[in-house]
Amino acid sequence: MKLFLFILKRFFRLVLTILIISTIIFFVIRVIPGDPALVVAGIDASNAEIQAIRVKLGTDVPVAVQYVRWMKKLVRFDFGTSLISNQPVMTLIKQRFPLTFSLALLGIFLGILIAIPLGVLSAVHRWSLWDYFGMVYSQLGMAIPSFWLGIILLLLFSVKFPIFPLFGSGSIKNLFLPAIALGFARAAVILRLTRASMVDELSKEYIITARAKGLTEKMIHYKHALKNALIPVVTVTGIQFGYMLGGAIIIEQVFSLPGLGRLFLFAIYQRDFPLIQGGVVFIAVIFSFTNFLVDMFYSFLNPKIRIS
Amino acid sequence: MELTIKDLDVSFIQGDREAHALRGINLTVGKGEIHSLVGESGSGKTVTSTCIMGLLPSPPVRINKGEIFLDDINLLSLSEEDQRKIRGMKIAMVFQEPAKYLNPTLKIGVQITESLILHLGMSKTAAEEKALDILTTVGLGGGKRILHSYPHELSGGMKQRAMIAIAISCNPLFLIADEPTTALDVTLQEQILELIMDLRNKLSMGTLFISHDLRVVHDISDRISVIYAGKIVENSSKTELFAHPMHPYSRLLLKSIPDAEKRGTRLVTIPGKVPDAENIPPGCAFHPRCPFAEDICKIEEPEMKEYQEGHSAACHFCGTGKIQ
Ligand SMILES: Nc1ncnc2c1ncn2[C@@H]1O[C@H](COP(=O)(O)OP(=O)(O)OP(=O)(O)O)[C@@H](O)[C@H]1O
Ligand SMILES: [Mg+2]
Repeated sequence: MKLFLFILKRFFRLVLTILIISTIIFFVIRVIPGDPALVVAGIDASNAEIQAIRVKLGTDVPVAVQYVRWMKKLVRFDFGTSLISNQPVMTLIKQRFPLTFSLALLGIFLGILIAIPLGVLSAVHRWSLWDYFGMVYSQLGMAIPSFWLGIILLLLFSVKFPIFPLFGSGSIKNLFLPAIALGFARAAVILRLTRASMVDELSKEYIITARAKGLTEKMIHYKHALKNALIPVVTVTGIQFGYMLGGAIIIEQVFSLPGLGRLFLFAIYQRDFPLIQGGVVFIAVIFSFTNFLVDMFYSFLNPKIRIS
Repeated sequence: MELTIKDLDVSFIQGDREAHALRGINLTVGKGEIHSLVGESGSGKTVTSTCIMGLLPSPPVRINKGEIFLDDINLLSLSEEDQRKIRGMKIAMVFQEPAKYLNPTLKIGVQITESLILHLGMSKTAAEEKALDILTTVGLGGGKRILHSYPHELSGGMKQRAMIAIAISCNPLFLIADEPTTALDVTLQEQILELIMDLRNKLSMGTLFISHDLRVVHDISDRISVIYAGKIVENSSKTELFAHPMHPYSRLLLKSIPDAEKRGTRLVTIPGKVPDAENIPPGCAFHPRCPFAEDICKIEEPEMKEYQEGHSAACHFCGTGKIQ
């Protein structure tokens, strides 16, 4: 019951966040000086042409009316029609999202796979070889730009040793290298946090109780400390995943992957306002939704949160 | 089971600094006896108890000398693995702040049953059955609900009972309670004290009860040892100690107990404070605060001497009639 109420509350908050974000986005775009219609039409356009574009963009009516229209459409996940391709924005996003989602998922998965075990080992065996390895890794992970790593990976594993394909986006093989390039840096962040969090938990009083009970070191580390240590890690990992779902613009460029990042990048190049607007809202929604899921998982890990 | 500490001497080493936390502790707790270890903050009570448990991390801790026996088991000479098997099984410990010493993300049931499963090889269901019994023993009946609670769902008193339930789960022969009531209000304090006496009777455990407050230990102790700056300065039966305290420190501690009849009168507090373990005064460590101190106290450390049967103290002037 408590849990149900908690979920309901969080869900309500999610909806509220999305409403607020989309309102803000709507007004920010209107506040930016300059008439989008003029920009889209170009310098040589006639008044009639400009007016036609205004009608198409929906900017020919007062802002209040525009806002109501915008919200009405939003409820139906209708972000309007792209100026360039004339397809609904939602259709374009739907085409690109699976790729971005798979990439983000694989990236975060690989990141977690490296970061959490290494972080835990570093914390448990402090100043051991594991710990030094972890430190070197996190320094590298934070210092190496992911696009550079991407290029190196491509050169190494697609050109020199052609294990992975150079082009294409159809199979998991295509996603592997970009996912490593993406996950490598994420892993560095998660690793540092895992280590710090685990070290912190191991110094807490309940660990002394666990020792006083005669538990084995394994039980103390993995049953008692780890669950507590993962609580902040889950939040940060979730947020990182949320960012990645917005599209990894640079990595998608390096690997020529037609994901969301590239879609939105080209929308900006081409001043495709409905697509930009829809894209921003979509990212915001996805991000809020990821946070919602993280909250759910967090409450599963941390029983205290369910009542507060 | 009898616990004997012989001449235990322990330091914390940090670089070239040495904190001499225990300076030759001698202590015997008989079978089924509740023995209280009383002294001000920083006198070495927790170091003594964690040393018995084998929980002092080395480094920074160095055991300079001494032995701890549980009957004929020499605890300090055991391997880490053997020490671990004794912890929770033969010796258990209860801590001061249950809110911090319970794992916030594990259910109480899990925290009780895991020792049963590990030490006694019980199955999960058998362990849960046993856990229900234990909860009843510590006064948390109607246990099913408690088993499935998280620590934060329990009140302070219930948490301490749960902590005790965890400690006694494997029927230990010896219990160390490090200020188990300090974080609780007076009514709860009494309930927990009663529970500890009750458990001693039921399980005939020896108990080392640690407190900085003589008032708290008055009702439950059989014997009392007074500790000052890492050394026992007086040891006697409870009745003897309250009737005829010998050491000036014990006398001052007793005077600082507010008397119910004389409420409103000012407490006698002992001027000064326990010396830092890094700077223990030469001679008798208590001499800077002692109203009876003379030159000899600054130079020569008094030995523990038995003045009456079962009543010893370490003071140059005990038995001279000088201490009034
Ligand atoms: N980790 C440590 N490093 C250095 N010195 C320590 C450490 N732990 C304890 N000490 C020293 O050992 C002495 C005894 O400390 P201990 O914790 O046993 O006191 P206590 O009697 O339990 O006090 P309290 O009533 O405050 O719990 C103190 O002087 C303290 O400074
Ligand atoms: Mg203490």
